[in-house]
Amino acid sequence: MNNRTFYNEVLTEHNLHPAHKHELADANMTCEGLNPSCGDDIWVHLDVDDNGIIQKGAFEGDGCAISQASADMMFDLIIGKTKEEALRLADLFLKMIKEGHLSDEEMEELEEAASLQDIAHMPARVKCAVLGWHTLKEMLTGEADQDNPQPVSTEND
Amino acid sequence: MGQSTIDVEAVRKEFPVINHTDLAYLDNSATVQKPQCVLDAVTHYYQTENANPFRGLYDLSVAATDAYEDARQKVADFIHAPKKQDIIFTRNASESLNLVAYSMGRYLKIGKGDEILVSIAEHHSNMLPWRMLAQETGATVRYLNCGKDGSLTADDLKAAMTPNTRIVAIAEVSNVLGRVWPIAEFAKICHEQGAIIVVDGAQSVPHTKVDVTAMDCDFFAFSGHKMYAPMGIGVLYGKSEWLNKMPPFMTGGETIDIVTTDRIVWAEVPHRFEAGTVNVGGAVGLAAAIDFMQELGLDQIEARELELTTYAMERLKAIPHVNIIGADEPENHHGIIAFSIDGVHPHDITTILSENHIAVRAGHHCAEPLHHYLGVPSTTRASLTFYNTREEIDRLADTVGQIRKEMGYDE
Repeated sequence: MNNRTFYNEVLTEHNLHPAHKHELADANMTCEGLNPSCGDDIWVHLDVDDNGIIQKGAFEGDGCAISQASADMMFDLIIGKTKEEALRLADLFLKMIKEGHLSDEEMEELEEAASLQDIAHMPARVKCAVLGWHTLKEMLTGEADQDNPQPVSTEND
Repeated sequence: MGQSTIDVEAVRKEFPVINHTDLAYLDNSATVQKPQCVLDAVTHYYQTENANPFRGLYDLSVAATDAYEDARQKVADFIHAPKKQDIIFTRNASESLNLVAYSMGRYLKIGKGDEILVSIAEHHSNMLPWRMLAQETGATVRYLNCGKDGSLTADDLKAAMTPNTRIVAIAEVSNVLGRVWPIAEFAKICHEQGAIIVVDGAQSVPHTKVDVTAMDCDFFAFSGHKMYAPMGIGVLYGKSEWLNKMPPFMTGGETIDIVTTDRIVWAEVPHRFEAGTVNVGGAVGLAAAIDFMQELGLDQIEARELELTTYAMERLKAIPHVNIIGADEPENHHGIIAFSIDGVHPHDITTILSENHIAVRAGHHCAEPLHHYLGVPSTTRASLTFYNTREEIDRLADTVGQIRKEMGYDE
């Protein structure tokens, strides 16, 4: 092992002990996200109140450490926020992974999730990192139809 | 099998990719690196003999035709096919298998009530074409299950076949388990019951001697790029009694003798199955790759790969929480070692190995039903070939031994 890097304590802790990986009985929004090429499969659940505030959120599913930790960090950030704020954070995260950098202020907003910045340089793992965020975004922008649920896929990103 | 006498240090010098990187390349079942002699043969063809074969009436086109047909003869000799016309050049094993399913499916008039028996361990390439054929014709695909250690016997096959089984599709060596299956025995059973047997040889041809005549299979498919040739050239061997009767798969240039507005006469085999301008450079590269393998000696290649597999399995088995998929014995792995580590996803394993300059594959290895059958979501696969070294295996095992710690486990 000569090149320790990426699997730092923050990531492994979120993977081994995710705070937000559980069922959510009172969810009023649910969406499945798939990484067909990896076999990763995630369910994102939200309980959003009448004012558009995300009261509760959780995820379930199977996937690698990067996908699981990234989703767990996402829920740390978005619970208690409005749908619009959550969407803005998702866009920031996706921009960070796509472009490889953000301003210092933007990085601060992402809190622990900013630690996943280096995935931008690991093309094989980008889909893992964005799976939860991508699914959240599709849900919040209404592209994932709640009445006719279909899994969203990262395949065409 | 005696000890290998391959001079590994000398042989590695012939592979440019290996020389210009410090990567431990252990993804040889996906594709192997190419020796300089193969690259030179392809370059030489394009520098001195390139023209569109078959069509030209000038010397250069004749040279291209000869280069292509000489390669066909070399392939026929290599796998002991009765004659060169039994060899069809394709892009790869996948295309070869699609060709059989399409053309032979039509010739046999596969339909409702017919059964196609496919081993559960098949690569998607030898499963999906049959599933498509069944969907379109109303036939049924049934699965031939192996033991969890990959074992599969003549009795297993007999038990799975029914009077309606018309096609049996099976790999000679599984690309996940690495186990070689007794195809000659299977072929005998298939023929006794009036079925044909279609063999995926993508993982056997690079690593072990193949004799399609002794095996008596009806069809045998493999890819050049897994046996030191360029990507984009593959082979389908078929018994001439079938090839001569099958309709074409793709049609176009060079597939016909006569076309009028109301009449088509298909060309002779094999040209009937090689539509459009063919990959002469690839065929020339494949011929050079066969020369290269024969110079090393198939026995030597096999002996060397068994030594490496034995060592790699010993090292990996000694690591707690590492589980090897398939048989216990290295003889039943043919350089292919798929494994899992308790609590760590294969993609994370593979990323950590990559950070340490070790190339392996993670996922389903295009054999998703086998993974479901074995009850593992996906696996990490290290696959060896003769140019790998004990030092590379040590790097693999040393890193694998650290992965759980790196992922936050105490032990």
